[in-house]
Amino acid sequence: MEEALNVHRLHFAFTITFHYIFPQLTMGLALLLVYLKTKALRTNDEHYNRAARFWARIFGINFAVGVVTGVPMEFQFGTNWAAFSRAAGGVIGQTLAMEGVFSFFLESSFLGLFLFGEKRLGRVGHWWAAFLVWLGSWLSGYFIVATNAWMQYPTGHRVDSHGQIELASFWSLLVNKWVFWQYAHTMLGAVQTGCFVMAAVGAFYLLTKRHESYGKTFVKAGVLVGAVAALLQLFPTGDAQGKLIAEHQPVTLAAMEGLFETQSGAPLVIIGQPDVQKRRLDNPIQVPNMLSFLTYRRWTAQVRGLDAFSVDQWPDTIALLYYSYHVMVGLGTIFIAVMVLAALLLWRGKLYDSNAMLWALMLCVPLPYIANTAGWMTAELGRQPWLIYGLMRTAHGVSPKVGVGNAWFTLIGFMGLYVVLGILWLFLVYREIEDGPEDDEVLHSEPAVNEAAD
Amino acid sequence: MIIVYVLLDGFDLGAGAIHLIVAKTDEERRQVLASIGPVWDGNEVWLIAAGGTLFFGFPALYASGFSGFYLPLMIVLWLLILRGTSIEFRNHIVSRVWDPFWDFLFCASSLLLAIFFGAALANVVRGVPLDASGYFFEPLWTDFRLGEQTGILDWYTILVAVLALLALVMHGALWVQMKTTGPVNQRSAKLAANAWWGVLVLTAVVTTVTFQIQPQVKENFVTWPWGMVFPLLAIAGIAGVRFELVKRDERKAFFASCAYLTGMLASVVFGLYPLVLPARNPIYSLTVANAKAGDYGLKVGAVWWTIGILLAAGYFTYVYRSFAGKVVIAKNEPHP
Repeated sequence: MEEALNVHRLHFAFTITFHYIFPQLTMGLALLLVYLKTKALRTNDEHYNRAARFWARIFGINFAVGVVTGVPMEFQFGTNWAAFSRAAGGVIGQTLAMEGVFSFFLESSFLGLFLFGEKRLGRVGHWWAAFLVWLGSWLSGYFIVATNAWMQYPTGHRVDSHGQIELASFWSLLVNKWVFWQYAHTMLGAVQTGCFVMAAVGAFYLLTKRHESYGKTFVKAGVLVGAVAALLQLFPTGDAQGKLIAEHQPVTLAAMEGLFETQSGAPLVIIGQPDVQKRRLDNPIQVPNMLSFLTYRRWTAQVRGLDAFSVDQWPDTIALLYYSYHVMVGLGTIFIAVMVLAALLLWRGKLYDSNAMLWALMLCVPLPYIANTAGWMTAELGRQPWLIYGLMRTAHGVSPKVGVGNAWFTLIGFMGLYVVLGILWLFLVYREIEDGPEDDEVLHSEPAVNEAAD
Repeated sequence: MIIVYVLLDGFDLGAGAIHLIVAKTDEERRQVLASIGPVWDGNEVWLIAAGGTLFFGFPALYASGFSGFYLPLMIVLWLLILRGTSIEFRNHIVSRVWDPFWDFLFCASSLLLAIFFGAALANVVRGVPLDASGYFFEPLWTDFRLGEQTGILDWYTILVAVLALLALVMHGALWVQMKTTGPVNQRSAKLAANAWWGVLVLTAVVTTVTFQIQPQVKENFVTWPWGMVFPLLAIAGIAGVRFELVKRDERKAFFASCAYLTGMLASVVFGLYPLVLPARNPIYSLTVANAKAGDYGLKVGAVWWTIGILLAAGYFTYVYRSFAGKVVIAKNEPHP
């Protein structure tokens, strides 16, 4: 049973992690596409329309992979986590179905029009298509985060006599403090991925001295939006999330921070390796009293360590949780430094000639992906050992009749399929970047020209 | 909702399954793809939305159905992934190895999906080995007989799967016929006319066998004779397809095929009611009453669901109208 549980967990973890590579760029780029289309509408300059078309091609490829890897997620609740679905389907099924009904229809309908219908729609119509694609993708994010937020901080439900979890208040499921901050934090992460990708492609063009006018547009858009997002990521959203965790999941906070002992004036660990057996942190580099201040705004406040909780309440992968959290925060700090410095250079008019900064922007491109993944790992590993915090343990949620052999079979299948998909995606996106924004007479992603004949 | 999915994705699945047969040249193949290009992923969204609706409306059905059909569902997911990528990636590169590869994959995955969907439906009608825990697990096949330990595939489910494939081939061919001109149009018409005979014969066979296998169906039609409207709709639909094919009215032929599929599926739903997932041992069957979610959730769901679907119907009408009419591929169009 133990092995089956682990394989099912790995199954979900692998497929969701791979999937989330794509929507984070989709949601980030959707916002930047609206930015480019707005510029085009305001300045009436074909340059911005070309730029938008170029990114729309990449968006299209990325969206397609996001859709095909997203469909399995919706089904896996039932296939691999049947006991969880049976107990909580009345609640989380609501938000998941709303995602399908409210955002997928919107997104897929208008993406078709956005990609294939620029001539038919006209300038203003095409801006609306971009806007609705953005709205659809961000609504989609909202429903998913709302689902996760309920698992982190269950509210608006009631447990009946058979152990069935029923919805009791629609609005508290959909609108609560946890979903608000988690959504803001997640979306800013997605915006940063979009910005870093756009800025990196721009920097690549500037450094290789190709499509330079577009290079400048991309770097500028990426850096301006990215600097704002990077700052908001830390404060207030990251800070507010941290406080919610301190209040509602204190044992998670202790594990994330690697705090084994309850202390007054707890330090903030920058680097160090947790040794869970010996309950201590090796080679720590710390900022004294900082954790107490960040959590409670008092330098000497007491922060509960892992020792304040019984071991069966501890997350089961403390070291991994600790690293996920530290990688996320470390990278977030680097993003602020890079983006703010680049924004300063942009303001002084020196950015496009600063080779060092352009190199930095270009090389940063994998980092937001890592940070977003690490952030989600922090949320999900931090929730353990609970599937629904305080209500249902992860071990009680798996499908009782799906054996280890079958779970491995499909996990291996997904791994093989996703490797191929990942290579194809990289290959096709790289080709678009190589082709550049200037040659856009034919939309690459369009199967053929559709004309009304009658 | 599932019916809408079958009608919409049905034609693009069917179009995929006949892709290699009706379209011989690259230009013709692009013509077929273009007929479904702008709409296929919207159609697929209906599947996701239907899954989600099942999830919050009937959590117990969702949980035992999905975990019990674990293997076929996973295979369906892989096929959906392959099919989606074939449609999206094919036209990015022109090469003697790239396009034919995706064409083949598109055709093969569409074909297999039609078969799996048919088999899945047949499994539900036949009943599954649910036990007291409320769960079951079926391997892909056991001994192909309708015993206690059934597999996903047995003679009955394979029979229905073939019917599903033929019906969707016909449906897809009628769609392609409606959306195209020239040789593709003629070949589709011919294929639809040939598939029609198979659909006719198998519909008769499957219907007869189903009455033997699932006693609930007969009971329902006897108790509520008004339910006969659904099979009558199917019969009218299939007759209509023939009639309109002969008259060469392409639009009406496609809509007749829609009527046939609607009639068939509605008959199944009506025939099984109140069962939603019959068990081989009837005492463990899941019914509407024991699989549904709490009342409050269902009420709330019904409100936003209606709003959402009305909105969706609005976008769909708009998109279909934007891409209405026959697909035209200019001869000298620069190939991407």
